[in-house]
Amino acid sequence: MNVLLYLIPVALFLGGLGLAAFLWSLKSGQYEDLDGAANRILIDDENDEIT
Amino acid sequence: MGQIALKNQENLTAGRSYDLGGDCCSSGAIALKDATSPAADFDDFVSADPTAFVETDQDGNAILHTLVENMHCANCIKTIEQTLKSNPAVLDARVNFSTRRLFLRWLPDDVDVGELVKPIIALGYPLTPYNPAMIVSAAAEENARLLRALAVAGFAAANVMLLSVSVWAGLFSEDMGPATRDFLHWISAMVALPAVAYAGQPFFKSALAALRAGRLNMDVPISLAVILAAGMSLAETVQGGNHVYFDASVTLLFFLLIGRYLDNAARSKARSAAERLLLLKAVAATIVLPDGSCKTVSVETVTPGTHVKIMVGDRLPVDGVVAKGRSDLDVSLITGESLPSVVSAGDNVFAGTLNLSAPLEIEATKTGDNTLLGDIVRLMEAAEQGRAKYVRLADRIAGFYAPAVHILAAVTFIGWWILAGSWQNALMQAVAVLIITCPCALGLAVPVVQVVASGRLLVKGILVKAADGLERLAEVDTIVFDKTGTLTEGRLDLVNREEITSAHLDLAARIARNSRHPLARAVARAGNGAGEYLDVEECPGEGLKAVLNGTAIRLGNRTFCHVSGDAGSNEAPGPELWLKIENEKAIQFRFRDRLRPGARVVIENLKAQGFKIDLLSGDREAVVEGLADTLGIENWYAQKKPEDKVAHLKSLEAAGHKVLMVGDGLNDAPALASAHVSLSPASAADISQTAADFVFQGRDLSAVAETIKVARMSRRLIFQNFSLAFLYNAIAVPLAVAGIVTPLIAAVAMSASSLVVCLNSLRLRMERKGVMQ
Repeated sequence: MNVLLYLIPVALFLGGLGLAAFLWSLKSGQYEDLDGAANRILIDDENDEIT
Repeated sequence: MGQIALKNQENLTAGRSYDLGGDCCSSGAIALKDATSPAADFDDFVSADPTAFVETDQDGNAILHTLVENMHCANCIKTIEQTLKSNPAVLDARVNFSTRRLFLRWLPDDVDVGELVKPIIALGYPLTPYNPAMIVSAAAEENARLLRALAVAGFAAANVMLLSVSVWAGLFSEDMGPATRDFLHWISAMVALPAVAYAGQPFFKSALAALRAGRLNMDVPISLAVILAAGMSLAETVQGGNHVYFDASVTLLFFLLIGRYLDNAARSKARSAAERLLLLKAVAATIVLPDGSCKTVSVETVTPGTHVKIMVGDRLPVDGVVAKGRSDLDVSLITGESLPSVVSAGDNVFAGTLNLSAPLEIEATKTGDNTLLGDIVRLMEAAEQGRAKYVRLADRIAGFYAPAVHILAAVTFIGWWILAGSWQNALMQAVAVLIITCPCALGLAVPVVQVVASGRLLVKGILVKAADGLERLAEVDTIVFDKTGTLTEGRLDLVNREEITSAHLDLAARIARNSRHPLARAVARAGNGAGEYLDVEECPGEGLKAVLNGTAIRLGNRTFCHVSGDAGSNEAPGPELWLKIENEKAIQFRFRDRLRPGARVVIENLKAQGFKIDLLSGDREAVVEGLADTLGIENWYAQKKPEDKVAHLKSLEAAGHKVLMVGDGLNDAPALASAHVSLSPASAADISQTAADFVFQGRDLSAVAETIKVARMSRRLIFQNFSLAFLYNAIAVPLAVAGIVTPLIAAVAMSASSLVVCLNSLRLRMERKGVMQ
């Protein structure tokens, strides 16, 4: 059962990583304009023209 | 590809852009079509004093927040942002499509904010500056807080459940030693306790507030169950016991937070729609100084006796008496009449009406809150207060449920204490009862249905504005319709197109496009009006005069075109225009305000379903009667003022009816606010949309029937959900009282009931697919 001593911290760490990523995305305003994000994907980048 | 991209670039600078999404609009052009007049919009922007809203950030750059109208698609975002960024002074231009806001940052040196945004307004996107501090809404912050709590609870629930499953597995295989079990319990405690302390706060706060006010709400049993479960589990863990409910307490929080978040999101969406409409009301007035010069001031500073100049296309900012000029006024917002009324010196005019044909100078008699418009707003606010008394279904059930749960837990505690003699054991059974009865499925029963129903309505172009609107709509037995703009399109259309030659129609359209009069607009829409610009003279209340190749042409009413009283067809009494070309016979144009598509079917349908239908209009009696006959509505009332409409609704309510009001005009706003529930088309006056619980887009009136149908289906589903939740309680509670509930049973029962409720709610969506086939 000693393997639990590694596995439980690993599981908690991975879960915590997910939580931290979510809280970061929330804080950096990624949920503030959901409709806009859906539309912006249709806009071409300015620099990707083939000349 | 290169070609297209280059084309895009060129077109952007020219203010047009190609269609990116395939079936969406080509931004600028569509926006321009929706816009009333870019020039007037720009004047509005400047008169709203944008410089007062410009702020400076820490780097010394200027910042402006504005609201943007007429945004439709990705192209609009691109056009706005790139047009602004093409100005070298602009550092940052970012559109928020969800909230229709624009954030602009630029180098302040020598740049006038008006010049900066002028190209955007010219493209047909009116801007209104606002102060962001004013609308940092508490709801948005609450939303973010709930989302954070939800994330924490989700993290804890997943990890604690992982550990609990191992404990249960060990229980079945009977080879897990007590040391390992206690170890897993301790780790669960370390994850669950901080999570409960953080994620439980929304419930704890609300429960405390309720208890302080001497009331019980659903959050009281929730908080008690969560706190007691966590506390008791900690005590068990310390003693090396078996009954540990950490998983139950965090999953409970997780499910409940989902429900709370959905509920709050629906509410804040409704609120931001209303806020947006209120913010768009920036009004300025042009006053005439004693020396004859003009000055633009904000409408609050206008005092009675001041002379105000009203240009063509302006809304009157104050009530007053016409001092100079003669013009047509569009009074449909105030009275619901579809034809403009002619005013000249000495006539009373009201704020909110629209000047159509010639400049006017009026002497203000009443201003601000004293105007007829102010009266209507006051009536509306008074009516809204009455409606706030509505108690939501979930809260009504909580009123019975919470005390019942607490009594049951207390009885269990006392019973076990007396029977088993140990108060520790008795407390544990009481807590088990609280956990089992915790209204987890009840907390999800309403919000999930609401979200699914709103989604379904959104697909049909119907916006649910009030969070409890669907509940109220399901109770309705009487429907009151407004006439102009609701049953009809509120727009006059040419009806005798086939009697007129194309040449005459095009000539008339060419003349008519110079005027804002609804009849002239109808002619302009019917013909193509191409050809070079004609010099047209508008005679308010009479018609239009023009000269083409030396021939005098008139487009106007009978007397204006010298037509005898009995000429022309009189089969359909309605508005008419005559086209008189010198020396030729005059030609008649007849118009009618057309019914909305689907109006007749919807009314028949609703009558067949047993609804009582009333028609309530501010228009003249003959017009209302004709329409009521066509649609088969027996109860019609004409020439009703806003306060009469409210009184009519009050009397219906007193007779025990629950009324749905469908209306669009400013004059309907108080009635919309005072009805049990209300619906208005997206073409309605801003203030009516603010007052209404539902707003439907598009011309088809069948949205009314659809909304009622969805509302009734939602209510049925909500009741089903409640029944399912109670059924689950009926099975699980006796087990809990008898003391045979284990943590495993609690966890399975709780998750299962929540899942069943969610799946049941999703049936609302499945049925849509069925209908489509």
